[in-house]
Amino acid sequence: MGIQIDLEKCTGCGACLPACPLDALELAEDKPRVKDNCNLCGACRDACEYDAIIIEEAPEKIAPDTGFRGVWVFAEQRQGQLKGVAYELVSKGRELADSLGTELGVVCFGHQVQGVEQLVAYGADKVYLVDDPALAHYQDDLYAHQLARLIEEHRPEILLAGATSLGRSFIPRVAAMLETGLTADCTGLDIDGDTRLLLQTRPTFGGNIMATITCRARRPQMATVRPHVFKKGIPKDGRQGQIIRIDFDRSAVTSRTKLLGFIEDLTEKVRLEEADIIVSGGRGLGKPENFQLLQELADVLGAALGSSRPPVDEGWIPYSHQVGQTGKTVCPKLYIACGISGAVQHLAGMQTSEVIVAINHDPHAPIFEIATYGIVGDLFEIVPMLIARLKEARG
Amino acid sequence: MGCLSVMHYFLNEQQRMIKGLARRIAEERIMPVRAELDEREEFPWDVMKELAEADLFRIFIPEAYGGLGGGCLDLCVAVEELSRGCCGIAVSYAASSLGSIALIEYGTEEQRQKYLPDIASGAKLAAFALTESMAGSDAAAIRTTAVRDGENYILNGTKQFITNGGEAELYTIIALTDPAKGARGASAILVEKGTPGFTFGKKERKMGIRASTTRELVFHNCRVPRQNLLGREGSGFIITLKTLDRSRPGVGAQAVGLAQGALEAAVAYARERHQFGQPISSFQAIQHMLADMATQVEAARALVYAVARAIDTGVKDYTEAAAMAKLFASDMAMRVTTDAVQIFGGVGYMRDYPVEKMMRDAKITQIYEGTNQVLRNTIALELLKRKAKPE
Amino acid sequence: MNIVVCIKQVPGTTEVKIDPQTNTLVREGVEGIVNPFDTYALEEGVRLKERFGGVVTVVSMGPPQAEAALREAISVGADQAILLSDRAFAGSDTLATAYVLSRAIARIGDYDLVICGKQTLDGDTGQVGPELAQRLGIPFVAYVSKVEAIQDGQMRVQRLIEEGHELMEAPLPCVMSVVKEINVPRLPSLRGMMRAKGAQIPVWTARDLDIEADRVGVAGSPTRVIRVFFPQRTRKSQMLEGTAESQVEQLVERLRETKLI
Repeated sequence: MGIQIDLEKCTGCGACLPACPLDALELAEDKPRVKDNCNLCGACRDACEYDAIIIEEAPEKIAPDTGFRGVWVFAEQRQGQLKGVAYELVSKGRELADSLGTELGVVCFGHQVQGVEQLVAYGADKVYLVDDPALAHYQDDLYAHQLARLIEEHRPEILLAGATSLGRSFIPRVAAMLETGLTADCTGLDIDGDTRLLLQTRPTFGGNIMATITCRARRPQMATVRPHVFKKGIPKDGRQGQIIRIDFDRSAVTSRTKLLGFIEDLTEKVRLEEADIIVSGGRGLGKPENFQLLQELADVLGAALGSSRPPVDEGWIPYSHQVGQTGKTVCPKLYIACGISGAVQHLAGMQTSEVIVAINHDPHAPIFEIATYGIVGDLFEIVPMLIARLKEARG
Repeated sequence: MGCLSVMHYFLNEQQRMIKGLARRIAEERIMPVRAELDEREEFPWDVMKELAEADLFRIFIPEAYGGLGGGCLDLCVAVEELSRGCCGIAVSYAASSLGSIALIEYGTEEQRQKYLPDIASGAKLAAFALTESMAGSDAAAIRTTAVRDGENYILNGTKQFITNGGEAELYTIIALTDPAKGARGASAILVEKGTPGFTFGKKERKMGIRASTTRELVFHNCRVPRQNLLGREGSGFIITLKTLDRSRPGVGAQAVGLAQGALEAAVAYARERHQFGQPISSFQAIQHMLADMATQVEAARALVYAVARAIDTGVKDYTEAAAMAKLFASDMAMRVTTDAVQIFGGVGYMRDYPVEKMMRDAKITQIYEGTNQVLRNTIALELLKRKAKPE
Repeated sequence: MNIVVCIKQVPGTTEVKIDPQTNTLVREGVEGIVNPFDTYALEEGVRLKERFGGVVTVVSMGPPQAEAALREAISVGADQAILLSDRAFAGSDTLATAYVLSRAIARIGDYDLVICGKQTLDGDTGQVGPELAQRLGIPFVAYVSKVEAIQDGQMRVQRLIEEGHELMEAPLPCVMSVVKEINVPRLPSLRGMMRAKGAQIPVWTARDLDIEADRVGVAGSPTRVIRVFFPQRTRKSQMLEGTAESQVEQLVERLRETKLI
């Protein structure tokens, strides 16, 4: 296994160097040389016009197990309500199941969960519902144990769960129980037609690089998926599917951790992830008081208030407002970025918004590269004017 | 790490450690708060706590009392790096060293045991009090008295412009134990905060170093035990001169750090500010200013380090050298910070950018611990004295 | 109260940017740093030790250079550090990494709490903590933002989730991952740096840990990166020109056309 450069074929054109996302190639005596940090991703091979780069793949030790069939989605609920990400994953899972020609199973744990039949309307063939008071709230041990048991019994080839605090807590434990691979926080999922492998694409290095990951030899192939990346489909009334109720075997496992209570975050008026419109501020606001101005704009639009990371780090606004790689990922219909330069970490959290408006004094700010509409100007002039104009339009 | 010094000063391992850590503290804990502390004229207790936890107060205390036994250069590199962040904070730190020098050099074993461990840990700050309203450069004109009364001294008088006044727990006071003898009747006496008859005047409102506290110390029939005398009665003036000789390279280090900060800010701004379609750093007028600034900073640093090192190697008489280091570095800092404001242009004059603060801070380095005029006298006097002696 | 803190050395590339001309990564300062999220884990470990006594042991799996990260951990208060390093570990994914860490922690033996950062700066997975808990057969509590109390073998914590904070109780020993709200990590102290410089840092290899060869490294890792690329940005931007009034007018018009307002 390794990478080799055929110096006979190589013309020293250097096209491979910028293709490397890891900066793992350097020119030595006019020919590329591979540095230690190469991870054999193949980007340079694809860029080489002369087929001078050869990457040998290690032969797989174990042939893919064919005994596993079906795509599964873990549908997360809170207080009996299914979360948005559950529908997004069911819609995406349906697509994947169709391309594999297999069925879509949905697993749901909780107590008195509302609207489970909706999961069928969104595309589930089978819903495995474990309804028990013990599962009403998320319990790490119980959820992990129960999911692993169902997987062992039904042997799906793929399992998807939301990359939420819940999914990212217990899905890795399930993966470890099953000794299989897990890819975190995916933003792209596809099926390789030849191998039936799930191609799991995720941002890494703080969103600077995208990596596509596979799990060849073990099953199921497991992935947590970032919320708001895939669109929720359109439910089909009358779609047929089975709801299979499974009794929770309380004697099989006890929860070692105990949920004692919950303290709601009251600072957040409108939930960012669910808002249709977000007005967001960055370092350009200059000081905490200036968020008042954005709040005013948000109020006029019925929008939620967001922030890039610097204001949060400066303590101008609570962390719950932070949008970006280390904050929330949002996908509103309209995102208005005020005084945000557009660092890649911020873009990672909002670039799938339908319409992006950027207001910034710096014409070279990267935010303008992804903005639908850009205004170069002083936000302290533009925003008040916009507020006035919107108020006036509303009468 | 920005513009580092172009020179290699062959610092030892402990000094490199101190420099790296003090720089990190300056960048992570001081720079984010300096503008606000300056604006609000607020004493930096949070930062002092950080410095204490980082063991920086241990640098200038002997190992026997919980310190690291560092030399003059160890302290200078710490002060320099802290000043690069904020001179007001650095001086609050350095003043604790200034207030400890006499105790370390002239204190009895008992006095040292009693006070130094708390200063080393940073639990308590120290201060040094000489100046009075009628006795600035003319220090011999002090009027505060400390009259013996049995086992006590009774202090009366007012000290002015005392750095760390009110914040420090331990004060080295220069007072007249024998007023009839004038300067020869001065003594150094330790006074703890909270001693009855010892109160503080108003906090001064300053032009620069506004994060530091400057106050009057007011003594009204303040009784302190005889055991608080440092050295002998009548040695107060010698102690003062030795204390200032020892601390002046540190003021030089403040100036060097401050100027380094201004230089780095100016270089960064010159590269990013565009006029006439190009960065202003492409104009030779700016380049020459930057080159002069960098050269001056480096020259001052070399002098300060050389003097500090000479002190650490045991040179006995360094009055002149220490005065030179302080004089040269502080005049340099005033020029360099002024030029930094000039390079920033209009925005440099505004409080949104740090250079106007640096310029305000620089001014005091030419004034305190011996005005530069008095230091020139000192240097000239030593020079002429030496010239009079046969080689 | 004996605490194990797991840390990783990551490239110090917080300022990673893509050069728009060449589309390559611009990296300033590629020196290794302690994964920033792990500094909160370390600080919490040291604070708990200061509250309850005991020993803080830091472990890291990585190449020999990762020793620098362990020395830094000692300079901010860890008592001892162990480097898990072996060529056989190279290429391990989270499952394999959790296996190696679990073997090391089992060898340390006497522990009450294992603390991890919520994720790494480079991989961003956050999977090693829960996988490690599973390997060790002990409970896991994710995203802890405050340790309220530890008594009678139970730990009461707050953890940060999307909707707010959950109050949880977990028996010791357990594994917890912490978020940055939990504390402000201290800077090193001079005495800590001197202690770190002189500290002996043992290196445990696959043999020391009785590692099964097919459970680590590339062979023991179920997942494999097959392609790495730059994110595409393909939005058509339209700059609204003119006076401020006209810019605002155009914007309102566009938003109205698209029925957003």
